[in-house]
Amino acid sequence: MMRGLLAFAALFVAVFGKDTFEGHQVFRIVAKNDVQLSLIKNMENMVHFELDFWREVTDLATPVDVRVPFHTLSSFKTYLEIQDIDYSIMIEDLQVMLDEELEEMESAARAAKPRDTDSFDYSTYHTISEIYSFQDMLVAENPNLVSKVVIGQSYQDRPLNVLKFSTGGSNRPAIWIDTGIHSREWVTQASGTWFAKKIVNDYGRDAALTTILDNMDIFLEIVTNPDGFSYTHTNNRMWRKTRKPNSGSSCVGVDPNRNWDAGFGGAGASGNPCSEVYRGPKAHSEPEVKSIVDFVKAHGNIKAFISIHAYSQMLLYPYGYTRTPAADQRELDTLAKKAITDLASLYRTRYRYGSIINTIYQASGGTIDWTYNQGIKYSYTFELRDTGRYGFILPANQIIPTAQETWLALMAIMDHTFKNPY
Amino acid sequence: MTNEELNPIHYPAQRAAKVVLHYLNSRCGSPYKLFELQTVYRVNAEDVADSGRKYRMEISVKEMFGNTVEKCSAEVLFPRGEQQGSPKVQTSCEELLKINTKSQEEALYQQYKTRHSLLSAQNLPDSYGHIEPDMTPFWCLGALASSFVMLAESTEETLYNMAQVTNITQLATEDDRLKFDYHILLHDVVSQEIIPWNLLITWSPPEGVKVLQMKQLPPHQKLL
Repeated sequence: MMRGLLAFAALFVAVFGKDTFEGHQVFRIVAKNDVQLSLIKNMENMVHFELDFWREVTDLATPVDVRVPFHTLSSFKTYLEIQDIDYSIMIEDLQVMLDEELEEMESAARAAKPRDTDSFDYSTYHTISEIYSFQDMLVAENPNLVSKVVIGQSYQDRPLNVLKFSTGGSNRPAIWIDTGIHSREWVTQASGTWFAKKIVNDYGRDAALTTILDNMDIFLEIVTNPDGFSYTHTNNRMWRKTRKPNSGSSCVGVDPNRNWDAGFGGAGASGNPCSEVYRGPKAHSEPEVKSIVDFVKAHGNIKAFISIHAYSQMLLYPYGYTRTPAADQRELDTLAKKAITDLASLYRTRYRYGSIINTIYQASGGTIDWTYNQGIKYSYTFELRDTGRYGFILPANQIIPTAQETWLALMAIMDHTFKNPY
Repeated sequence: MTNEELNPIHYPAQRAAKVVLHYLNSRCGSPYKLFELQTVYRVNAEDVADSGRKYRMEISVKEMFGNTVEKCSAEVLFPRGEQQGSPKVQTSCEELLKINTKSQEEALYQQYKTRHSLLSAQNLPDSYGHIEPDMTPFWCLGALASSFVMLAESTEETLYNMAQVTNITQLATEDDRLKFDYHILLHDVVSQEIIPWNLLITWSPPEGVKVLQMKQLPPHQKLL
């Protein structure tokens, strides 16, 4: 403990004095008698050794600790040996020890459970249990604004948690946002966590968001595919689909973004269980999808539905399964343009926008094709950063910038939805 | 001989443009020089009898480490029908290719030529997107090597990126080059598949990257 404190003091000096202690050693010196004790005391005056006494001479019973710089080590040892003064090396290389200690402290800080959502680290990727704890903390801290709705269970019985942001009313028109439906797209769950906190922070402070929440509800599902997400932490970072086994196949999982009842069975998805875009045995076969379908139908008053993916830097609207333009194509296109212009205003991140089938590829059984066909006009899909440099494994230092810029686009969509009731 | 002006934002133009980048990286990249697509301005596509489909385009290309951007024209010919093989690419990008990274390359080369132990590394980046700074040139080398594969494998129905370098093993050599066994994961945006490849490469500052062998590996466990 003492050594730790002394080391910390040295570190403090090092950080502010910009010293380095590479190769420095810390000696523990034991005087055998009073003569030696005087000799050791006298060493304080031997400036050529450049000694730094950590524990100074007191009495015969107490050892003396001294830091010796690298370049005087050899002459100092010789001096001690000539005087027949006993010593041992407590620290072989002070800089190495300081570096290790700093690493430990940082690692402990990282691993420490946040006490509240203010001390939660938004700039790092989290596990499912950390995100679920975050959700509970956010609700506990904001009981009048946030509640948790469990809309179902995943295949492996994990709860499907949705945060409801509401200032009251009864079944108000609502906005739905989901992240993490494809589990390997980690920047999306991380952004969803940031969005949750952002909403709570901005209510009562940001005029636009406050007006929206005074009149509408926001539903946010952060970990939309929890089984897949857990699997990306434990087994395979590149896992995309659900984790439901497929009968008659050794391949696991269904693509939850090909499992919706919109153009289901058509081109733009696969019938092969081993495919990353396997549509599943039937529409809504996956509980992760069915739960949202049931929720949306039961609610009946959702006015905007935004499903968030990564990567490619795109903002997309229906359709994916057909080239027939959506009836509201012009309005959706104009709004998309506004949203990505707002997004780019922050860090100049460039997004492309358009219908799914034109901009990225034909895809059948997709989420927002279904929601649009249910009458939810403002149905959009995002593909967040980047464009392929790091792809799914986006550096954590891009989480917050990504979330911040995406939020501007989300606000554009939510604001337009609020101002254009239908 | 249909000839049409494509929407540069839509995927056919974007897929063709990406191929140009695979070509540039395989030919002109270095451990300190890697190119990415910035913008597609104009694309014209034409069927060429007995050859395939030729895309002529105006694009801008960015060098990733120095952030310089150059506007270039390029042509990509995708073979069709009877024709087999990789797309054929031509570009006019000149300025970016002149970027000089020789001194950094020499320093890297000397460091690894004289080291006693052979390099061994995994997961660049790691799950959290992190790469140790002194490993970045080896991630970059992996991206260059991957570009050979991505160029060879590209069609109008694919859009490849390197997803991750999963393993690098340096091998001893008798000659002047450094030699590495790379395991990489490619991601095809169109099929969404992750495709593992094994590449045996050499590198030296005068010669650049040479791919000795490349082999597609069985898909990563879709099971368990």
